Amino acid sequence: MKDVLTENAVTSHTTKISARKVQVFYGTNHAIKDVDVEILDKTVTAFIGPSGCGKSTFLRCLNRMNDTIPSCRVEGSITLDGENIYDKRVDPVQLRAKVGMVFQKPNPFPKSIYDNVAYGPKIHGLTRNKAELDGIVEKSLRRAALWNEVKDRLQTPGTGLSGGQQQRLCIARAVATNPEVLLMDEPCSALDPIATAQVEELIDELRANFSVVIVTHSMQQAARVSQRTAFFHLGHLVEYGETGQIFTNPRDPRTESYITGRIG
Amino acid sequence: MSIGLVSLTLLALAAAGYFIGRARAVSVAGGDTRKLHSLAGFYGQSVFLFAAVPSFLVMIAWLLIQPVLIESRVSARLQTTIGPDASMSLVMADVRRLAGAIDRIGSADEVASLTPEALKARLAGQGVAIGGAMTTDQVAAANDYRALQGKGRLGMTVVAIAVALAGMALALGRIRADYRARNVTERFIMVLLIGASLIAVLTTAGIIASLLFETIHFFSLYPAADFFLSTTWSPKFGGGSDLGIWPLLWGTLYVSLIALIVAVPVGLMSAIYLAEYASPRVRTWVKPAIEVLAGIPTIVYGLFALVTVGPLLRDWFAQPLGLGNSSSSVMTAGLVMGIMVIPFVSSLSDDIINAVPQSLRDGSLGLGATPSETIRQVVLPAALPGIVGAVLLAASRAIGETMIVVMGAGAAAKLSMNPFEAMTTVTVKIVSQLTGDTEFASPETLVAFALGLTLFVITLALNIFALWIVRRYREQYE
Amino acid sequence: MTDITASQAAAMPPSTSSLLAPDARVRRRNAAEARFRSYGLAAIVLALMALVWLLFSIFGAGLPAFRQTVIQFPVTLEAGKLDKDGGRDPAALAKVTTVTYAKVLSASLKAAIADKGIQAEGLTDKQITGMFSQEAPAMLRRAVLADPGLIGQTITFDAYAAGRIDGYYKGRVTLESASRDSNVTPEQLHLADALKEAGMLSTPFNPGFLAMPDASDKRPEAAGLGIAVLGSAYMMVVVLVLSLPIGVAASIYLEEFAPKNRLTDLIEVNIANLAAVPSIVYGILGLAIFINMAGLPQSAPIVGGLVLTLMTLPRIIIPTRAALKAVPPSIRDAALGVGASKMQSVLHHVLPLAAPGILTGMIIGLAQALGETAPLLLIGMVAFVRDFPAAPPAGLFDPASALPVQIYNWTQRGDPGFVERASGAIIVLLAFLLVMNAVAIILRRRFERRW
Repeated sequence: MKDVLTENAVTSHTTKISARKVQVFYGTNHAIKDVDVEILDKTVTAFIGPSGCGKSTFLRCLNRMNDTIPSCRVEGSITLDGENIYDKRVDPVQLRAKVGMVFQKPNPFPKSIYDNVAYGPKIHGLTRNKAELDGIVEKSLRRAALWNEVKDRLQTPGTGLSGGQQQRLCIARAVATNPEVLLMDEPCSALDPIATAQVEELIDELRANFSVVIVTHSMQQAARVSQRTAFFHLGHLVEYGETGQIFTNPRDPRTESYITGRIG
Repeated sequence: MSIGLVSLTLLALAAAGYFIGRARAVSVAGGDTRKLHSLAGFYGQSVFLFAAVPSFLVMIAWLLIQPVLIESRVSARLQTTIGPDASMSLVMADVRRLAGAIDRIGSADEVASLTPEALKARLAGQGVAIGGAMTTDQVAAANDYRALQGKGRLGMTVVAIAVALAGMALALGRIRADYRARNVTERFIMVLLIGASLIAVLTTAGIIASLLFETIHFFSLYPAADFFLSTTWSPKFGGGSDLGIWPLLWGTLYVSLIALIVAVPVGLMSAIYLAEYASPRVRTWVKPAIEVLAGIPTIVYGLFALVTVGPLLRDWFAQPLGLGNSSSSVMTAGLVMGIMVIPFVSSLSDDIINAVPQSLRDGSLGLGATPSETIRQVVLPAALPGIVGAVLLAASRAIGETMIVVMGAGAAAKLSMNPFEAMTTVTVKIVSQLTGDTEFASPETLVAFALGLTLFVITLALNIFALWIVRRYREQYE
Repeated sequence: MTDITASQAAAMPPSTSSLLAPDARVRRRNAAEARFRSYGLAAIVLALMALVWLLFSIFGAGLPAFRQTVIQFPVTLEAGKLDKDGGRDPAALAKVTTVTYAKVLSASLKAAIADKGIQAEGLTDKQITGMFSQEAPAMLRRAVLADPGLIGQTITFDAYAAGRIDGYYKGRVTLESASRDSNVTPEQLHLADALKEAGMLSTPFNPGFLAMPDASDKRPEAAGLGIAVLGSAYMMVVVLVLSLPIGVAASIYLEEFAPKNRLTDLIEVNIANLAAVPSIVYGILGLAIFINMAGLPQSAPIVGGLVLTLMTLPRIIIPTRAALKAVPPSIRDAALGVGASKMQSVLHHVLPLAAPGILTGMIIGLAQALGETAPLLLIGMVAFVRDFPAAPPAGLFDPASALPVQIYNWTQRGDPGFVERASGAIIVLLAFLLVMNAVAIILRRRFERRW
């Protein structure tokens, strides 16, 4: 990692997700205002901004996890491969199979490591037999760089792993359904520095196969792992562009204040 | 003096003590209460406590011990005179009844002058029925009994008041300006608080002692092996009863099983719906409505079983299917008990499902699982230990339930598989063996204590196990 | 660090189906979802329907108990029959039995029937006497004994109709069932209809149901709840007086002062388990300790109260401790900070703040105790009691009944009229419980404090 910014040059320009004039309300509280954003395929996109700026809320719009909150209302359009995900005909269940999610705190199910990873493929019916399922579990654990650590104890509970391992297990679990987009909501905030480094390295490798969107509190992390960065402030998308440009040459004074540590 | 009057006297003494103590403290300080260690009121309070508490304790102890002493003295005198086949407890019951009725007939001398037959007739005229033949010895014993009771009451009055006065004098004598009245009062109150919390332990001890004592008595009259192994229950008054517990246990378990088959699916599914699907508004109305079921007294369910459910099941199921003609049946009691137990399952399950962290649900939903898949494959397995605990608590509740089975299940002890037949349970037999005129000498009565002990042990084991599971489950997510 | 190559990744092709057209599997899963949800809804509907069915059945059977068919007619209290000496001497009057009063009533009723021109052919004297309850002569006798001046006058008397006649106007008895019943004939029912036509027979509200004592097997129409309500009230007073101070004292000790040691653990485990001991076991305890050992009388409210106190205590201690725990430690610290002793901080500050919660728990505990039946059966409260207990404290030792036990007692009797009485008594019991719970809820709503 001699020069983070040049190494993470953007490698793909296909648009995966496109958001237009997105508004989110919690009851009467207007949480997201007029957000337009294009998320590219095979790219790591970072959402940064001070607490309460709406970055996590916006992330949860991308796979309609906000549907689980009764008072939440979304307006505008968000398309995935050109299809509006808020269309009435869209089943959030199907959407979430394509847009996977990893949460702030590691949340392995109280099941074995194997069953944790096999959960998604089983409910979506991705396999015809046990051998295929075994294959997916192994592949997903390898992708999450966890295989070598757990291959001898796949039947032990997932909750018995260390924090970093648990988070990688959750990533493996999300990867197992073979999504196209992976949303990560502050995936390292509950981890120690060493586990964080492992997960960050993993995110960089996931870019080969997925479009990754990561919400982070840490500007260093955004700079290390992402190719594109969006800065949110008070529900507005203030600035969106290549990570290098955002961090070295921000156009908006608010972005500059934030990355230099004056607000946030 | 009557107990009420003695109590009032003691209270009055103590209240007087409060004011005297207070006044004395003020005068000791020469009118300047700042010189006192504690507020003047504390000096009064300490006198009040020293006067009231020991004297009341003495009175209660006296009331508990006196009947036992009198009983043993009177029965010791009668022991030599009654025949070998007469039962002491029956004779003593007559003596007590006679002693209680003497006042209504006339003076003790008048009673002594009457022949036993005339006395019995006079008593019958007063509505007092005497069981056995009346002997002069018994009349004398009854008079003794009365005299002792009177003496005892007088002794209690004198001793209690003396203790109150002594306590008052002691406390008053200790009042000085530097006397730590507050500390003394507080220590005294602390002892009372500890005493109050020990009542729970005493209750348990009382339950175990009374059950064990009479059960041992029962097993000395009836072989324990027969009780625990025999499959026949047929008490006979002339003796030679079969008192096997199995038909009763079978009925108890069968009724409880049906109750759980009704209550667990309904209770669990309602809890799931309320916790996972219902809007807050539906929840605020429906949850208390279901809990109303738990607040309805069991006698109401009993009548419901007897009048509504029993005949309904008989006319629509048992008779058409040729399974029986009885309106009281295992099915009737089980069904109604199931309704009663629903809130026990649903409330606790609801709490437990709500304790499953939201992050697990998010994790599952985020992978594209439907809510029901999330519930079945993530939430319920995570909540399983707690739900098992809830079901066990409900089971213990069902096993110990009395009124529904008394009114709905029947009285015939049977080992049958047919749910539309009347069967009986442990609790029903406890009630039927212990109500009416009971005499604590025959195995037919004492068996109720052995049944009670069995019931106590089963429910206690279930409770301890269930509470342990639930507690362990709670710790897991705290 | 990653363990796989790009070619392996390609072995898992991304799903390419459109989001807008759900595939068969998703449709199937959504159907399963809808099914599951409907099971949940069905369970709730089932539970609520059970509640409605229960209440409906009890109220349907019980509401008629609050009304009583009476026959109103002028009764001539002939001095020649009721007071032969003419001295109005109370002792002499008391010697006249209800049999004589029954004859007086019967004669007056016959006269009234003839007076109104109602055809009563084919009815024997006995059947005419059978129109009114066996309790009616007793009531008339009580009225005369209370006011001997009535003798010689003609008064208008409301005689309770016999149970079967009463049942006829409440739908329990029909002309068809009467023809098979040895206690009533269709002709008597025709006569009743004619009396009704003439305005002599009506079915008004019956305060006697709430005030009168129990009655014997043959006269359900005269059975009332007076003694049961009084007995229950006595027991609740005993429970309140004993369990409130003891429960609060024990809770204060355990919550505020108890050190963490084996004894405290023992007490805590004990309380948790006592709350779940079957109530009948408390009945056995009461029988063995209070009646056999301490020699207290059977059927007495004091024994019932003591047994219910022991049963209620753990159920009160649990919410009381919760209420004490809900008072924030900052209040205690504030009191200690100005130099109050620990005891003062608890008694002056914590306890008053926790009082609404404690009271709520107490009321709910009392409500549970009020409805409890099983332990009372064992301590002899099922006995048939006709005399009202005296005023407390002496009355606490007199035989009495209790509401739930009275209900049980009535269900064990043969006459179908008692089912109506039992259901009516349940309505009274539920009304008491409703009031108590409502008070508890209002207390909680009004004083609930969020810290």
